[in-house]
Amino acid sequence: MISVAGLKKRFGSVQALNDVSFDAADGRITGLLGHNGAGKSTTLRILSTVIRTDEGRALVDGNDCATQSLEVRRSLGVLPHASGLYPHFTGRENIEYYARLHGMKREQVTQTTEYLIGRLALGDVADRRAKGYSQGERLKVSLARALIHRPRTVILDEPTNGLDVNAVRMLRELIRELRTSGCCVLFSSHVMQEVAALCDDIVIIAHGRVVVSGTPEQILAHTGTTDLEEAFVRAADGSVA
Amino acid sequence: MSAIRTVFVKEVLENLRDRRVIFSALVFGVLLAPVIFALTTTLASKRLVRDQDQPLQLPVVGVMNAPNLVQFLRENGVEIVAARYNEASAMEAVRSGQRDFVLIIPDTYGEKLAAGGSAPLDFIVDTANSRTASGAGRAQRLLSAYGQQLATLRLLVRGISPEVLQPVDVRTLDIATPAGRSLLILGMMTYFCFMSMLMGGFYLAIDTTAGERERGSLEPLLSLPVPRDSLIMGKILATAAYMSVSLLLTLIAFSIVLLFVPLESLGMSANFGPRIVLSIFAVMVTFVPVGAGLMTVVASFTRSSREAQTWLSFVMMIPMAPILVAVINNTRPSAALMAIPSLSQHLLATGLMRGDAIAPMHVAISFATTLLLGGVLVWIAMRLYRRDAILG
Repeated sequence: MISVAGLKKRFGSVQALNDVSFDAADGRITGLLGHNGAGKSTTLRILSTVIRTDEGRALVDGNDCATQSLEVRRSLGVLPHASGLYPHFTGRENIEYYARLHGMKREQVTQTTEYLIGRLALGDVADRRAKGYSQGERLKVSLARALIHRPRTVILDEPTNGLDVNAVRMLRELIRELRTSGCCVLFSSHVMQEVAALCDDIVIIAHGRVVVSGTPEQILAHTGTTDLEEAFVRAADGSVA
Repeated sequence: MSAIRTVFVKEVLENLRDRRVIFSALVFGVLLAPVIFALTTTLASKRLVRDQDQPLQLPVVGVMNAPNLVQFLRENGVEIVAARYNEASAMEAVRSGQRDFVLIIPDTYGEKLAAGGSAPLDFIVDTANSRTASGAGRAQRLLSAYGQQLATLRLLVRGISPEVLQPVDVRTLDIATPAGRSLLILGMMTYFCFMSMLMGGFYLAIDTTAGERERGSLEPLLSLPVPRDSLIMGKILATAAYMSVSLLLTLIAFSIVLLFVPLESLGMSANFGPRIVLSIFAVMVTFVPVGAGLMTVVASFTRSSREAQTWLSFVMMIPMAPILVAVINNTRPSAALMAIPSLSQHLLATGLMRGDAIAPMHVAISFATTLLLGGVLVWIAMRLYRRDAILG
């Protein structure tokens, strides 16, 4: 459960966020949609507590991202944009490192790592060094790393960028599975089809502001079109208030 | 606490697999520095030995003009080479390196000497050439010794005691111990030790901050439920561990190399047994937090590993500067100097090698100031890690 109200963030002379508010419910997939530079990553970074908001409040499962950052991070699984692995470690070691940092005991580390390697079909590559991984293999290991503690809330920043069709399918399936298990999934994208194929709720963000949010049907009604693509373009261009 | 240990273990293990890290931490300092040191000292001692043992070859123009002088030189082990030059061509021969130096005995030599005057001798030498300096010095000393002998004879003939010409009799009592004489060369050794200590942590300091950011592995790491202080602490400890190991291995390598270097033939000796090695390690290892903190702070300001490398190679020179000045000036330890990190370790370490008594007060000041500075730098690194801008 994510609840964001009135977020503002300035980097030097750039006002990256200028009043961002939305909710993302448990057991639903929420898509954060916007052009490059609209403020998607900044919003997600504030939620994952790696940067602080200037104004407003962000809550994850009722915990404040600014004042209870440790609790927030404990309940959160994060896959940042361009998530990197340690090249000299194997995939398994990369995953185990995160398990240990979550404070897991030794048996638990081995057990959950083994489970995720099986679940993400990483068996063939898990014991090779991450240096030689393909884009898809890197993503899978990053995902396993992010999900190692079975988080209630999962944040994915442009996860499908640069992936082949099979990897995208695998990812979608996994995201749906997370929803079924009751997770709150928030993911960002700049591709409308991507969001339309997956999301229960959509938040469209432009110039650091949420321009429209709701179910796909609500957004169509709001923008007065029957085509989501067109709705996104209109909303993002600000022709709909 | 367990998070710090997890980060520490991960950084130590992962970097062990990085060839670049191993090269800079273990090969560069640990092997290269002692080898360079051994080569230069061996060459220096070979040259010294060669210069002393070989007969001095002296090209002489006009051998017939001064048979007594030539005889005196021969008796003193000089190999006279008869040569034909005028003044200009002799100069040219020396300048071109064909001859190291040339002695010209003019035709007027015998005449002037017989008349009781000052007999001219031309000694042509290039004093800018350090290779020929010791040979030229020997020749000049012999020539003035011969002059002294003639003067004494002349005075005796006139019934005057030669002491008239020697109103002051200076005796030089050399109290330098062989270990003391090797100070300059041993001073360079602490410099090498500092170098390899810093090189040991060089790539870790970069990799754990700028490198992690560049690879995109920093953001997921920061979104884990671990305080940032614990993350940076684990990283700094790993850097410090590599630095300490590099330092210890370098000292051990030096102690082995010194067994084979003919320091004695240079009139030097060094105390470098296992006890001294451990004492020097104990003194120098206090500098590790300063180096690790400094490199981490600088690396976390930079945008990329490449930029971090450039900055760090420059920053590494800062702790080296006081040592170089101290080596050149032959600075003696004092309580005030012990407050300067890197210099105090240098002075204490060279003192240990010389076999001097070390003042406990000096050790206490050195430890306190160095550890304090290290603590401050680590604290700054932690503050930097808390900023938003750490993500770049």
